[in-house]
Amino acid sequence: MIANYGYKDGSGDFFISIDTDRCTGCRDCVNACPYGVLDVGPDENDPLSDDEVAFVTEDERKKIKYTCAPCKPTADRPPLPCTAACKEDAISHSW
Amino acid sequence: MTEKKELWRWTESRWTNPDIDWKGKLITSGVDVGSVSSQAVILADGELYAYSNMRTGSNSPDSAINAINWAMEETGLTLGDIAYTVGTGYGRVNVPFSQRAITEIACHARGGNHMYGPSVRTILDMGGQDCKAIHCDEKGKVTNFLMNDKCAAGTGRGMEVFADLLGVSINDVGDLSLDVDEEPPPVSSTCVVYAKTEATGLLREGWPTNKVLAAYCSAMAHRIITLLERIGVEKDFAITGGIAKNSGVVTRLEKEVGIPIMTTDYDTQIAGALGAALFAKALKEKGK
Repeated sequence: MIANYGYKDGSGDFFISIDTDRCTGCRDCVNACPYGVLDVGPDENDPLSDDEVAFVTEDERKKIKYTCAPCKPTADRPPLPCTAACKEDAISHSW
Repeated sequence: MTEKKELWRWTESRWTNPDIDWKGKLITSGVDVGSVSSQAVILADGELYAYSNMRTGSNSPDSAINAINWAMEETGLTLGDIAYTVGTGYGRVNVPFSQRAITEIACHARGGNHMYGPSVRTILDMGGQDCKAIHCDEKGKVTNFLMNDKCAAGTGRGMEVFADLLGVSINDVGDLSLDVDEEPPPVSSTCVVYAKTEATGLLREGWPTNKVLAAYCSAMAHRIITLLERIGVEKDFAITGGIAKNSGVVTRLEKEVGIPIMTTDYDTQIAGALGAALFAKALKEKGK
C-alpha cells in the first residue's frame, strides 16, 4: 500500500508517502527524524494484517509543511534524514 | 417574523431489510461518526439488514448511540444482540459500545467494494468535511490512498454553505446546476468562505441562482481532480459520501476524468459504516 499522509491546501501539496509493502518496520526512519514525525505500529489502514509499518503520526499530519521545513533548507537540499535512513527506499516527500 | 426554512439540511433516513429475520444469525455492526453525518449499519450474517443515517451532534458518543438506536428501531434488536461493533470515521474512538476502531480509509474501501462490486479500483469519498481518494484491490484492500482534511474545498459542508446562501434545497443543488445553457467559468477561490463571497458578487452582478451553482459545482469538481491526480484514477471508478448524490458535481467530475462513474442502489453515505460492519464480521470470525 502507498500511504499518503499530509494535505493539500491553498499553498501547495504536502504529502509524505510510505510504501508499506517495502517497509519492514525497522524504525530507522523513526530514529532518524529529529522532530518525531514518524512512528511504527500496526497498519491502521489494513486492520486484518499483523505487520507493523511506519506512518506519519496523527499529531503531525496536518502540519508537516512546517515540521519538516528545517530539513528542507531552500539554499541547499541535503538528503532528508528519513528518506536517507530508509534502506528499503519506502519513504518519499511530495515537496 | 417567520422562521427561515433550513434548506441546506439534508434528509435523515433509516431502512430495514424486510426479507431478513435476524434471529439465529451473526449480527455485526459498523458505526461511522463523521464530522457532519453519522451512520450505523447492521449486518445479519454479512447481509445488509438495517441502517440509519443522521446528522452528527456536538457529542460523538451520543451521536454513535443515537445512530445505532435508530438503526435498531422496529427490528427488536438490542445492543446485547450485536456480536461485534467497529467504530470508524472522525469520531471512531468515541463509539462507546464498539470493540475496535478502524480508519475510514480502510472502511470506505471495504464498503465501496461491497456496494459497487469487486471491479471497483478507485473510490473517491466526498464526505462532510474531508475528501479521500482510495485505490483498492478486488477484495477491497487499500493499495494507495490520500486524504485531505485540511481544506474544505470539495466537501459536503461547502455545499451546505452554498445551498444556504442561495436558498436552494441541498437535494436540488445538483440538478439545478446542470440546468444552464452554457457552462460558466468556475468560481476561482479555493476556500469555501471566499468562494461564498465570490458567489455573492456574482449574484450582485445579476447571475441567476442555477448559474452560480454551476460555477460552484464546477469549481468543486476541479479541486477534486487535482487531488485525484496525485494517485491517478483507475477503472472502475466510484464515489461514496454525500456528494455522490449531487449530480452537478458527479456529472462534471465524470466529464473531466473521462471515466464513467459507477452507480449503486445503496445509500452512498453508508459506505464507511458498511465497511466497518464487514470488518466487524471478519474480526469476530477471526476471534480478534
